Amino acid sequence: MPWVTRGLREGVVTTRYPRRPDGYGEGFRAAVAVVGQPPSGGSAGLAELCPTGAIAAGAKVSVDRGRCILCGRCVAARPEIFAFEASIETSRLHRNLLVTPPEEGAGELERRVRDALAERVRHFGRSFHVRHVDAGSDGSEEWEIAALTGPIYDLHRLGIFFTASPRHADVLVVTGAGTAGMTEPLRRTYEAMPDPKVVVAVGTDAVSGGLVHPTYLTGGGVGDLVPVDVWVPGSPPSPFSILHGLLLAMGKFGERGARR
Amino acid sequence: MSVAGIALTGQVGVQRPELTAAVVEALSGGGRFAGLLGAPRGDGSFELQAVIATTSGFSTIATRLPAGELAYPSLSLAVPAASWYERELHDRYGVEPVGHPRLDPLVLPLPDGDVRPALQPDPLRPATPDPGALEAHASGEGMFTIPYGPVRSGVFEAVEYLVETFGEDIPRLRTRVHHKHRAVDVRFLALDPDDGVLLAERVEGTASVAHAIGYCRALEELGSTPVPAAAELVRVVHAELERIVNHLESMIRHTEGSYQAVANARLALHKERLMRLRAELCGNRFGRNVVVPGGVSGPLRVAPGDARRELERIGDALAGDTAALMATPSFLDRLRGAGVLPPEAVVDHGALGPVGRGSGLADDTRSSRPYGAYPDLGFRSAGARAGGDALARQAVRSEELEESFRLAGEALEELAHERRPLWREGRGPLPDGAALVAVEAPQGELLYLVEVAGGRLDRVKPRPAAFHNFALFPRAFRGDIFTDFVFIEASFGLSIAGVAG
Repeated sequence: MPWVTRGLREGVVTTRYPRRPDGYGEGFRAAVAVVGQPPSGGSAGLAELCPTGAIAAGAKVSVDRGRCILCGRCVAARPEIFAFEASIETSRLHRNLLVTPPEEGAGELERRVRDALAERVRHFGRSFHVRHVDAGSDGSEEWEIAALTGPIYDLHRLGIFFTASPRHADVLVVTGAGTAGMTEPLRRTYEAMPDPKVVVAVGTDAVSGGLVHPTYLTGGGVGDLVPVDVWVPGSPPSPFSILHGLLLAMGKFGERGARR
Repeated sequence: MSVAGIALTGQVGVQRPELTAAVVEALSGGGRFAGLLGAPRGDGSFELQAVIATTSGFSTIATRLPAGELAYPSLSLAVPAASWYERELHDRYGVEPVGHPRLDPLVLPLPDGDVRPALQPDPLRPATPDPGALEAHASGEGMFTIPYGPVRSGVFEAVEYLVETFGEDIPRLRTRVHHKHRAVDVRFLALDPDDGVLLAERVEGTASVAHAIGYCRALEELGSTPVPAAAELVRVVHAELERIVNHLESMIRHTEGSYQAVANARLALHKERLMRLRAELCGNRFGRNVVVPGGVSGPLRVAPGDARRELERIGDALAGDTAALMATPSFLDRLRGAGVLPPEAVVDHGALGPVGRGSGLADDTRSSRPYGAYPDLGFRSAGARAGGDALARQAVRSEELEESFRLAGEALEELAHERRPLWREGRGPLPDGAALVAVEAPQGELLYLVEVAGGRLDRVKPRPAAFHNFALFPRAFRGDIFTDFVFIEASFGLSIAGVAG
C-alpha cells in the first residue's frame, strides 16, 4: 500500500486563506501600482512605455490593471512612478474599478455594484458550482484555475465545485479574449445556466483583450459577449487572485473573504 | 558553433508544378517533413515554403504563386503530413491546393466565396466564421455522432471532438479546432521587435519560455547577436523547468482519469511547488519576462545554490512518486494498449516530441540540432520507445523528467560560479532578411520563422509541435473505447492555443 503512506507524508499542505493570511499569496507580484506622480508637464513618454496601452498620462498618471500584462516595462523605466504590488486581492466588481489610483466616484460605484451583487447571490448560501468556458485563452489561465482543485488551494473546503453541466452552475468563469468562434458557445452556456448567475472574467485577455487583441477574430475581452460581474486581472492571474475573484462572486466582499 | 537556424536567402526555389516532386525527393533522401508555411507578398503573389528537417538543420523548398493564380498541385497527396498546413493556408489566404483529398476548413470556416481576411484591404476587419461551411456529419448504418466540446466538462481549453460510434467503440473521431483561432501571428506585425517576445510568450501560454527562446533566437540569428554564456544558462533553467511542469501536467491528467487520487494530489503538489520556484526565480509562474532578444532580462532573483537545493528536494520527492506510479498496476492497465499509433503513420508524419519518441522517433532538437547551452551541459536524450501507446508516451515523459532536473541543476551550478556574468548583449539595428530556427518545446520541435523589413517585423510564424502532432490524433483511435479517451488525449500533451493559432 505505498500510496497510503505517501499520501500522509507531508501532513496538511493546504493554505488557510481566506481565514488566515497566506505568506506566499500576499508576497506575489500580482499588479502594478502608481506610487508617485511626475512633476507637472513631466508625463511625456509615459503612455508609450506600455505595449498594451494600460498607462494613461493625462493630468494624473494612472494604470488600467485590466490591460496590464505585468511585463514590467514601466517599472524598469520609471521606478519612481510605477512599482509592482504584491497582493492576493486584485479582483474588482466593475471594469472601471481596475484603474489605479481609483477614479473619482470609485467608492460610490463600488458600493452600488456590491449591494446589487449581494442581493443577487444571497441564496447561494455556503456553496456554489462553477462552469468554465475558454473563449480563446493562451492556455495558462486554465492551468491556474485547475491548480485551485489541487491540495494547496483545495477549493472544495470553501464549498466551491466545478460542474460538468451548465444546468448545475451558479458561476460562469470565462478565460480568453473572446474569439469569434467561441461567441456562440459562450452565449449558449450563459443562457443554459439557471438564474441567479454570476460571471467571472479571468485574466487580462478576458478583461480587455490584452496583447492578443485586435485581430480579425479576437475581441477586446468577454465583457462585450456576456455581462461580467467580477474582473480578475493578471496575465495569467495567480491561483490566489482567481480564488479571490470566486470569493467575491460568492458575496464575500470583506477582507480575506469575510461577508462584509 | 553549431547553428540550428538558417537564413532563408539560401532556400531552394522551384516552379509550382515541381513542388511535390522536390519535397518527395528531399524526404526520400532522409529528410523529415516539418511544415508548409506561406505568406502573401507585396505584389499580390504568394510564397509557399516547405520546411525539411535534415540530420543537422533545415532546408526549405520555396515556390511562388503569381498574383491572381493562387492554385498549385496539392502536396498532401504525396505527403499526407502537409494536409493540415494546406487547410490552414486555404482558410487564411484562399490558396488552392488542387486535388487535396479533404479541404475542410480547419481554423477559419468561411463560405467558399468569402474574401479571406489576409486579402482584405483592412486585414483586421472582423471576420464571421460560419459553422455551415464545415463538413456535414457523416454516418453509416447504426452509427451516431457525439459532439464533445468546445465547452467541456472540467477546466479545459476549447476544442471539439466528433466521436462517431455504435455505442462503446470509437471507430472514427474527428477534431475541430477553429473555435479558439486567434490569428495571433497577425498581432506581431503591430509590435516593436523587442515587444514581440511578449506576444510569443502568449502563443502557447503553457510553453512561454520555449516560444520566447524560439522568437529571440530567430532575431539573434538575423542580427548575428551573440548571446552571453550566463544568459544561455538562465534560459536552460527556465526551459527545463517548463518542460518538467508540462510533463507533470500530462501525468496529472492521467492520474485524474484513472482515479489515482493520492498520486494525483502528490503530483499536483509537486507541480505547484515548481510553479512557485519559477516565480521565485523571475517573479512569474510561467517564466515570462525572462528571455529577451540578446539574452535574458537579468540575473535570477535567488542565489543559484539555494534554487538548486530546492530543485533537488522537489526532484527527489517527485522521483519517488513517479517510480511508484509506474509500478502501480491499476494505473498502468489503463494506459497499456490505449491509443496505439501505427508506427508507419508516425514515421510518415514525422511526429514530434514525446508523441514521436513514444513511437520510435528519437529526434530531439536539443541533441539533433543543438543550441544554447545544451551541448556544454552534455544533454543526453532519454531516447525513444517503440510501444506507440499512451503508456510509452507516459514512460518517455517520466524518463525525460530526470534529465530535465539534471540539466536545470547543472545550469544553476554553473551560474553559481559565474564571476562577472553578462546577461544581455545589446543588439544593433536589425538587417532585412528572414530566419528560421527550431527549439525543443515540452511538446516537441517548435519552429519560428521571422522576417524583418526596414527594422520592423514583417512576418512572424510560429509552428508549435501541437499543430503538427494533432493531425495524427484521430489515428490513435483503433479499437479504443470511450473510457480510453482521457488517456489518449492526455498522452498527446496538446496545447489547443498552439494548434488553433
